[in-house]
Amino acid sequence: MASRDDIKFLSNPNIGQNRKKYCRFRKFGIKYIDYKDPDFLMQFINDQGKILPRRITGNSLKYQRKVASAVKRARHLALLPYVTDLLK
Amino acid sequence: MRNYEVTFIVDPVLSGDEIKSTAQRYVDMVADKGNIVHRNDMGLRQLAYPINSRTSGVYTCVEFECESVAWITEMELQFRRDEKIMRFLTVKLDKFGVKYNSDKREGKIGKVKRVVKEDKDDRDNRGRGRGRGRNDRGDRRRPQQDRRTQAPADKKAPVEAKKEAPAPVEQAAPKPEATAPATPVAAPVTPPAAKEEE
Repeated sequence: MASRDDIKFLSNPNIGQNRKKYCRFRKFGIKYIDYKDPDFLMQFINDQGKILPRRITGNSLKYQRKVASAVKRARHLALLPYVTDLLK
Repeated sequence: MRNYEVTFIVDPVLSGDEIKSTAQRYVDMVADKGNIVHRNDMGLRQLAYPINSRTSGVYTCVEFECESVAWITEMELQFRRDEKIMRFLTVKLDKFGVKYNSDKREGKIGKVKRVVKEDKDDRDNRGRGRGRGRNDRGDRRRPQQDRRTQAPADKKAPVEAKKEAPAPVEQAAPKPEATAPATPVAAPVTPPAAKEEE
């Protein structure tokens, strides 16, 4: 039988907490972003094919610039679409 | 010496031999002026959008190093004039790009993705570890020593797993009474959050 001491929180206290965003390139030591790897770049575009902002991906400025140029190169080579719908 | 990489798309409507000879012509041109490090025939791929009303193309990527740069503009001019070439892109590689390409050839890359996957697995393990913590609740009222001897054995897995992303929940783990009520809700909630991050 659960006593009163067992009930500390009515709801999960961890739900509201935001997980801290981080730059995955810094964290995992990725120095180069390949424009020929569309599957990887898919993580940085939304389902319209737009590049996601840093505030969502958590990339540092340095690597956000590299991601952006890699996505743009991939678009030029038709590895990624310029405009689309329902990409994902 | 600088490293460059040229990628171009050949029209797939041509016959197989013609595609090969067209690609070979430019590869030879590169080999003539520079030193080819690697040639990657990516083959026939679906285009993300139609170019000249074609929906697929034959990709070729050549990595090379050379001293002078003047001939590259000439090569690009030839690319532009050639109707068999749908798109081309020449890129200068920095030292990281060179390293990335050589690592990729040796099959070391792909780890990039595996790291992300491991991260996910860790989260799963963590969930399981916590689940065990829930079962340990019964031991709570036993003498302190007993709990301490048991707890480290159980928590080893989550401790190893949390190397990458220590979450506040685990730091609270030594007090099962605090985490236990939270676990059933927390376990299903974390994975979608992880997906959003990606």
